[in-house]
Amino acid sequence: MATTPEVLPPSTSVGIVGWLRANLFSTALNAAFTVVTGVLSVLMLVAIFRWVVFSADWSPVTESLKLFLVGQYPTEELWRVGAVVVGAAALMGVSWAVWGGVLRTFARIMAAGSLIVALSPLEPAGFDLAVRAWYLGGAASIVLGFALARAAALDPKWVMRAWVLGFFLGMALIWGFEETSLGESLRGFFGAGAALTVVLGVAGWVGRFPAGVVLRWLAWGWGALFLVTIVMFWGLGQTDIAPRVGTSRWGGLLLTFVLALVGIAASFPIGVLLALGRRSRLPVLKGFSITFIELVRGVPLVTLLFMTVIIVPLFLPRGTSFDLVLRALFAITLFSSAYMAENIRGGLAAVPLGQIEGAKALGLGGFQTMLFIVLPQALRAVIPAIVGQFISLFKDTTLVVIVGLLDVLGIGKALFLGNVRWFGAQAEVYLFIAAVFWVFTFAMAYASRKLEDTLGVGTR
Amino acid sequence: MTSESLETQAETPPESIVCRDVHKWFGDFHVLRGLNVTIHQAEVVVVFGPSGSGKSTFIRTLNHLEEHQRGEIIVNGVALTHDIRNIDAVRRDVGMVFQSFNLFPHLTVMQNITLAPRRVRKWSRDQAEATATELLERVGILEQADKYPAQLSGGQQQRVAIARALAMQPKIMLFDEPTSALDPEMIKEVLDVMRELATSGMTMIVITHEMGFAREVADRMMMFDEGTILEAGTPAQIFDDPQNERTKLFLSQIL
Repeated sequence: MATTPEVLPPSTSVGIVGWLRANLFSTALNAAFTVVTGVLSVLMLVAIFRWVVFSADWSPVTESLKLFLVGQYPTEELWRVGAVVVGAAALMGVSWAVWGGVLRTFARIMAAGSLIVALSPLEPAGFDLAVRAWYLGGAASIVLGFALARAAALDPKWVMRAWVLGFFLGMALIWGFEETSLGESLRGFFGAGAALTVVLGVAGWVGRFPAGVVLRWLAWGWGALFLVTIVMFWGLGQTDIAPRVGTSRWGGLLLTFVLALVGIAASFPIGVLLALGRRSRLPVLKGFSITFIELVRGVPLVTLLFMTVIIVPLFLPRGTSFDLVLRALFAITLFSSAYMAENIRGGLAAVPLGQIEGAKALGLGGFQTMLFIVLPQALRAVIPAIVGQFISLFKDTTLVVIVGLLDVLGIGKALFLGNVRWFGAQAEVYLFIAAVFWVFTFAMAYASRKLEDTLGVGTR
Repeated sequence: MTSESLETQAETPPESIVCRDVHKWFGDFHVLRGLNVTIHQAEVVVVFGPSGSGKSTFIRTLNHLEEHQRGEIIVNGVALTHDIRNIDAVRRDVGMVFQSFNLFPHLTVMQNITLAPRRVRKWSRDQAEATATELLERVGILEQADKYPAQLSGGQQQRVAIARALAMQPKIMLFDEPTSALDPEMIKEVLDVMRELATSGMTMIVITHEMGFAREVADRMMMFDEGTILEAGTPAQIFDDPQNERTKLFLSQIL
């Protein structure tokens, strides 16, 4: 039988050598470029390495780590921040066990990072055994949370609720409790309750939610308010466990995180409602949503911050003081929710009409169709845009510097303005701040990519 | 004529759908021009006719996906009005299968089927899933329960859509060209399911140009043209002795 002659494979078109040949040295010109850029890159890296390790003065960063992390938060109360972080770490471990995926990556990196910090041989100012213990506790609680959740086979629904509850508890603990009179407590209780009722009523009307749903939310809301009132205004006030730490003392990464997290958590639902309002057939609602969105989007965030912080108080009755951080949060939330609304509106428009007809033909009502069919598909379609919005919100929080708040960037600026010795170290401080922001924004972008991949399973 | 009235008297099956002088306009375009239709329980009616003749609009008015502007539609004894509770009540008892399936892409097959029974009928998850499992077995794709619609073939997707509609335990099923978007080799598997459904006694209104299916399964056929019912009768009458010239022409074109 005639056999076909053996054909040898063509010389190295695969493997590292093949890749190099195909991409970097395909022509003489290409090879020359490769060599030149290669040499330049090496020279640059060497220069950067030498500057970072030998000539840069990192003392403003290493000696002010506490300022960068929590600002002027009283040292003797720092255990509260530590407790919140450790609690979040435990939840992170639980989420790793329940959901896996990108949370597994984050939880592992956080655990490893905390462990490295706890055991690091470097000894910057104030980095004593107690601080190391907190970091060790963070790493341990991630592992512990993971192990416990694995063993208990938790329902993801409960983990979700734990995060929401933990968010409010954490904020309350960091803010602290203040002793107030019974009258003031009652005023606070009924004032907040009335506001809640109005907001839920309007939201129910806007979203055309069934009355039963709105009533259930109202019951939950009033119940939660009752607990909060008892705890915040009355109960713990007398025990002095966690006295109020005014927001004027919050700073650094703590402030950045509070602004970003609360801003994200608040602007997302408001954005959804605004987007629904803009697509509503009710003219008043539609008009309000369009006016709000277009007004807010037409104004720079800096202007909004100035307005809420400086101008609005002028119109309030004399003596009413509104918390500065709260006012900044108000501006950030307004600003972000307008953009969020436009992103979500794009997603709503992308859901085919057939989906709505399919749901209606099954007897689902308008609210159920929106909740179970339209919104999940709409939000999924705009995840990249929403995360992009979250990332820019995170970076935009640095603008609060102009109204006198000291977030990470503000601390950095204050450092070399307040200390002549460090005036020459601006590059180091700014580089450090840039690195901090990059780490978090990159993590968000990475999470968004992974989330898209995971949710992409069912898309057409 | 006489035979039909005799038949009704003999069996007296209750009326499922009654339409009296139903009109519908899209802007200035008069889509439905005074339809009078009565459909009895367990009847299988095949609707056919050229595109744009209003047949799709007609069956979409029956579960109020389109609103009729004049006349009266009574479904299972409930008159279709603007009242949203009325409409929801009718929709619970009328299943619909679309040309483009309209499955929910973000939910698995099982979730697609159990969503409405759980949220509208308020069944427990176990009850809804048990029913869904039965239905998936009936349409022959039980093994696909945990897949997403995009992972299924067109024929499988349409069978899921039928199971999804049946999960609400409807009294009437509407089919809007259920096989038109399918590749030829998948049409049969969907028609088989529909044939089985028809023999089980379901009241069905089917828009289709699958004339083999119509001849075999239909109790009555209706030829739509320009918003009116041009001709109606048993498959034998329509195929073997069509009265109207346009019906003859149309049938000669598609057969």
